[in-house]
Amino acid sequence: MLTAAGALFAAVSTSHVDYVSIGTFVVAAAIVLSGGIGVVVARNPVHSALMLVMTLFGIAVLFVLQRADFLAVVQVIVYAGAIVVLFLFVIMFLGVDREENIAVEPLRGQRPLAVALVALGFTGLVLLAEVSKWTTGAPSVSGSTDVAASNVSQIGKSVYTTYLFPFEVTAALLVIAVVGAVVLARRPPVASNAGSVPAGEVTEDVTGDDGSVSDRPVEEAFAASSPSESTDEASGEVTS
Amino acid sequence: MNAANTAINGGIPGEWYLALAAVLFAIGAFGLLIRRNVLVMFMCIELMLNAANLTFVTFANMLHDIGGQVLVFFVLVVAAAEVVVGLGIVVAIFRRRANATADDLHLMKG
Repeated sequence: MLTAAGALFAAVSTSHVDYVSIGTFVVAAAIVLSGGIGVVVARNPVHSALMLVMTLFGIAVLFVLQRADFLAVVQVIVYAGAIVVLFLFVIMFLGVDREENIAVEPLRGQRPLAVALVALGFTGLVLLAEVSKWTTGAPSVSGSTDVAASNVSQIGKSVYTTYLFPFEVTAALLVIAVVGAVVLARRPPVASNAGSVPAGEVTEDVTGDDGSVSDRPVEEAFAASSPSESTDEASGEVTS
Repeated sequence: MNAANTAINGGIPGEWYLALAAVLFAIGAFGLLIRRNVLVMFMCIELMLNAANLTFVTFANMLHDIGGQVLVFFVLVVAAAEVVVGLGIVVAIFRRRANATADDLHLMKG
């Protein structure tokens, strides 16, 4: 213990460390790791999501420590602001915030296998890091982080010059994702366009809802609204 | 891992970040393998993505190359798209059945 502390102190004293950085790193790493473990072991999905927020903030701190200011801001806004809110929205919308009993193991041997696989992968990762070399010696094509310009202008310049084509592809990907989400989240045909839908599909949908759920208010609302929709459809067909 | 490759940035060696990212990735992978709630599995995937992002930023700092940070930017966009589509699928599944743990989703089983 003393030798480890001494080695750490030697490393610290030789490489001109400021202790603020070290302390920030240690605190952020502790936050990241405890948040990550919390995501895995929390029984309630809402708690998992909040633990995920904690991890993301810790990672943002580590980004700032490594002079990636823009990415730290984007991390907080996009991840903690948008993605986790989307998670929470879905959790609460679907009403799945019930506790899951994670002590029971439904698939025999799943956890030892998971431990073995993860240990194998982690060992491979560490071995790769120890054996391989970080640098290839090739010159940087996308600009150095050392220039006097700000982080945002460096990233912007790189995105709009070197990585212009991936950037355009990203735009296409986002559009596709939005369209896909709308298509996926659309309810199966409702009363507005019910005239174009065969009646058998609607009744099948109703029985599916009735058979599967009875104890959840949202689904009860669905199940309660579906017959009224079908009657609306029936009346609409009668009037038309 | 010689000293020349170590980023002197507040004096913290880059390997510390890489080790932290590896541990975070392992935690995410483990959670993905053992949890059965689809949403929690999604969050574990986010953990793994963040570990990869941390690695990218660390290498950008170690190698003095802004490309790593740009790549993280793209990863963020792809993660957002992935979450949107994935949660759309989850909502579509939940509309059909009450509790969708990953074990129940055997609709496509032959």
